[in-house]
Amino acid sequence: MSASLAVPAPGGFGRMTLRLVLIGAVLILALLPALNRLPADSALHVSDFIVSITGKWITYAILALAIDLAWGYAGILSLGHGAFFALGGYAIGMHLMRLIGPRGVYGHPTLPDFMVFLGYQELPWYWLGFDHFPFAILMAMLVPGLLAGVVGFLAFRSRITGVYLSIITQALTYALMLAFFRNDMGFGGNNGFTDFKELLGMPLNTSAARSTLFYASLLLLLGALWLCSWVAQSKLGRVLVAIRDAESRVRFLGYDVTRHKLFVFVLSAMIAGLAGALYVPQVGIINPGEFSPGNSIEAVIWVAVGGRGTLIGALLGAFSVNALKTWLTTVAPDLWLFALGGLFVAVTLFLPRGLIGLFSKAPR
Amino acid sequence: MSEPVLYLDGVSVVFDGFKALNNLSLIVDAGELRAIIGPNGAGKTTMMDVITGKTRPTAGVVRFREHDLTRLDEATIANLGIGRKFQKPTMFDALTVFENLELALKAPRGPLACLRWVLSGEARRRIESVMEEVGLSARAGDRAAILSHGQRQWLEIGMLLMQDPELLLVDEPVAGMTDQETEHTAALLVRIAGQRSVVVVEHDLEFVRALGSKVTVLCEGTMLSEGSIDHVQNDPRVIEVYLGR
Amino acid sequence: MTTAPGLPRRRPFLKVDMRQFLLALGLLLWLALPARAQDAYTAALPGLAGSFGDIATSVEQLGALGDPRALPLLRALQEGKLQKTADGRLLLPGPVDAATGQPTDAAGAETVRLNNRVRQALRGALGRLQLVSPDAAERATAADAIFRSRSAEDVPLLQAAIAREADAGVKARMELALAAAQLVAPDESAKRDAIARLGAAGTVEARALLIEARAANPSMVTAIDVSIATIDRALSIRRAAETLFQGLSLGSVLLLAALGLAVTFGVMGVINMAHGEFVMLGAYATFVVQEACRGIPWLAPWSLPLSVPAAFLVAAAAGAVLERGLIRHLYGRPLETLLMTFGVGMILQQAVRTIFGAQNREVTSPAWMQGTLMLPGGIAVTQNRLWIIVFGIAVLLLVIAAIRFTRFGLEMRAVVQNRRIAATMGIRTGRVDALTFAFGSGIAGMAGVALSQIDNVSPNLGTGYIIDSFMVVVFGGVGSLAGTLVGALTLGVVNKVLEPYAGAVLAKVFVLVAIMLFIQRRPRGLFALKGRAAES
Repeated sequence: MSASLAVPAPGGFGRMTLRLVLIGAVLILALLPALNRLPADSALHVSDFIVSITGKWITYAILALAIDLAWGYAGILSLGHGAFFALGGYAIGMHLMRLIGPRGVYGHPTLPDFMVFLGYQELPWYWLGFDHFPFAILMAMLVPGLLAGVVGFLAFRSRITGVYLSIITQALTYALMLAFFRNDMGFGGNNGFTDFKELLGMPLNTSAARSTLFYASLLLLLGALWLCSWVAQSKLGRVLVAIRDAESRVRFLGYDVTRHKLFVFVLSAMIAGLAGALYVPQVGIINPGEFSPGNSIEAVIWVAVGGRGTLIGALLGAFSVNALKTWLTTVAPDLWLFALGGLFVAVTLFLPRGLIGLFSKAPR
Repeated sequence: MSEPVLYLDGVSVVFDGFKALNNLSLIVDAGELRAIIGPNGAGKTTMMDVITGKTRPTAGVVRFREHDLTRLDEATIANLGIGRKFQKPTMFDALTVFENLELALKAPRGPLACLRWVLSGEARRRIESVMEEVGLSARAGDRAAILSHGQRQWLEIGMLLMQDPELLLVDEPVAGMTDQETEHTAALLVRIAGQRSVVVVEHDLEFVRALGSKVTVLCEGTMLSEGSIDHVQNDPRVIEVYLGR
Repeated sequence: MTTAPGLPRRRPFLKVDMRQFLLALGLLLWLALPARAQDAYTAALPGLAGSFGDIATSVEQLGALGDPRALPLLRALQEGKLQKTADGRLLLPGPVDAATGQPTDAAGAETVRLNNRVRQALRGALGRLQLVSPDAAERATAADAIFRSRSAEDVPLLQAAIAREADAGVKARMELALAAAQLVAPDESAKRDAIARLGAAGTVEARALLIEARAANPSMVTAIDVSIATIDRALSIRRAAETLFQGLSLGSVLLLAALGLAVTFGVMGVINMAHGEFVMLGAYATFVVQEACRGIPWLAPWSLPLSVPAAFLVAAAAGAVLERGLIRHLYGRPLETLLMTFGVGMILQQAVRTIFGAQNREVTSPAWMQGTLMLPGGIAVTQNRLWIIVFGIAVLLLVIAAIRFTRFGLEMRAVVQNRRIAATMGIRTGRVDALTFAFGSGIAGMAGVALSQIDNVSPNLGTGYIIDSFMVVVFGGVGSLAGTLVGALTLGVVNKVLEPYAGAVLAKVFVLVAIMLFIQRRPRGLFALKGRAAES
């Protein structure tokens, strides 16, 4: 389905060129874990750090795609997508905790360490089933999807749009953060989950696990890109754009706007959840900090920097902002927040169509 | 027969004590063409808002055939077969002329149906014939944002045609049109009115005369006079409202 | 009866002036009393060097004396600082001989030990001694101590003390203690009377006493139950009042944080995510003013009132710069404004972190804001919270006055209602925008002054309040100051009412969910603007 990669009908910058750049980028990414296997003194050797950080960025890029689908196309600016990402991460984190088994500090056969510490006698009911990988992955999609469904239904039905929706979603992730900080929620409180041992029989923290997770993320990225571009290029995509620009007019054409928005919001949340599920095994930790409103809004700015309403733009933004972040936090950590804040200001004022807008003429 | 398509009885709309509609009654029969005139603030647009579900009446009955419109939302009402052209032409600027018409085309409206939607040859032909009708064939691939005001009027009329509604509510269709286009629009509406009911709100009395239909005069949210154009033009109350002040 | 002293005038010896006589008699009595007590005091002392039983007896004797020297002695005993020598002398810390009051040496002295019986006797004795202390606070403490220890023997003591007592507050506490003592005394009618009085007192302690007495007095169960019910009613009213106060206090904090937002977001429609950072700037302005006043002693207690205008000006200036420099380029694009101002907030936070450091800065409350106020009915109210409520109302009135009665307010309303018409009437709309935004931001700064009193002054001070403030504005109805007031107070009270059941965090979560459900029914908030203006 490479023919349906969503690129806005670009004027100056050929559709063909963009596609070639994209294919080139994917190929380079795909080569990274292989280059990592080369001897360390080889000129082409890629460090473990590069592989793991790029793997992380790929999951960020998937999150950016999800945000772009909702914001760039349907005009739903969610400031709570980090919550869906984190919920997906928690789902896989629960699976990883279950896999630790008796190897925890307390050596309890079933209970994770923090539960032993907090005096749990048995697993809470909502932990059941998470010892199965497929169940955990399913939950990583369903829980964010369900949450998005409920919140979206309530919000879209009462026609809460624009900044009101943004604030509501921000309040949502804030509330979840507060809730997950509590020990009695059964999700490890402050510390969340960490010290994972293995996934699918594969010890984490080996280069084999790293490259497997890397390729899984890359595959998910391509899958998400394909799915999003399918939506974007279908008539549904045009309905979403129409909703974004003139919501009430769409109603007078007989479209049930609530259902369309709900569909794309839930889809977007599920993609974000899956991204979170691939993120957590790669970074080895998930804690309530992932719910912080700042995370969500930072992800939104990736999309804004790259160019919303174009899927390629979301990817470009996620990679470039995170590359900048990694570089700046090493050379001048104090400057990063200034730079990030500056990005918010500069992009909204001077680059409303993002980096991609520099290359193409016609906005969508 | 004789069952009216649109039935408004005793409809009132109150905004903060201001009566936008005051005990308004109106009956439109199947296949009828009806013109509605009235000074600014007479409640013409509010009446359309009430019929299309944008505004809920404070009191009164609003029925479309057997459906009680006061309980339905905009999308449901649109799908029952009521199409509306807005006073200020409203369409989707980021989409092309063709895409705007495609969205209006009568077809399943659900998200999944839209996702799986494939443009059939028949649908394409229908869109092309409407583009022909409204004179926008040459601009099929242009984004709506770059159309002139008159072309936007035509595009919205085209969208209305694509919806294939049973009742058309047309708010000031000829504003910004040339005389020739105005004539063309009048002819188009008269032709449609054969099979459909059409309600036209318009200031341009020449245009209303060209429609040759029954005319309802609204003033201060209520019906002032009804009848042929000559009848209402000679009605002293109408003269007072239009000229007396 | 002219008795100008020093006049060389002979007077008959027996013709004694009545007043002088009474004075002399009083003096004699005054001298005699301690002297008599002194004997008893000295007599009671040797017991303290004896067995535990002797000690307890002596302590009880000393407690009944009312001798001023008994108080330090018994206190020393209680604190384990009383020593005895091998020859039976008692030494107070110093060392001072307890009998003579003269300094002495402490060679070979050992501490007088206590057992539980002695401790109990000590508590009672000290309590009784304090009952006649010249210090009203001490007498009150003594009454409370007797209330807790209570024994039938205290009844006459208390009755005597009550008769003497001039201070109404102390007297009331003594009467409570009397009731407690009478409850364990054999006199039946006094007991019934005591039950009724304890019921009227309405305290937790009185309730505990009555519950205790219920088992011991089967004949009076009905009366006791009536009294307990009275107390329960009083307690629940007081608890409700205290919860209400806490809720109002939280509500006024929310009101302060949300008022500025009600102007910038509610009136202008500008969504400013840096609003919380303006609050933070106000708090830091308070800190700076405090530090500046520190060196000037007469000014230091007034640094907080001084920082109100300072915080307003700092935040207003920041707001004006933000509006003119950035926001005005984004009018009509609310989502972009949201993101941009969030970025500005980040920059402000990081800038403050760079200048002042990441750690918390402390702003001290002036003395006149510290402490707790007891309202009638035993409702405890902390002063600084009370001041915040007052401040919140004052700021609200200020905002209303500014919008209603000033030229600026008039121009502001005109621009909001119809920008083009306002412009044609000669109003410089750009200037009004900047001033309005600066005004709203300045209010945020004043909120920072209040928050510096109850929260840590840190660079991320504002982030905790911004979401709540938006909730207040959305809940109350955008563009309505009355809605903001009612919204803030409602959210504050609901939060505090829920807290005992759900805990602070879950209460917050619950409130967020409730607001989401609420806007299902009223999408435009509690005080929605109606009509055509709201349709667009």
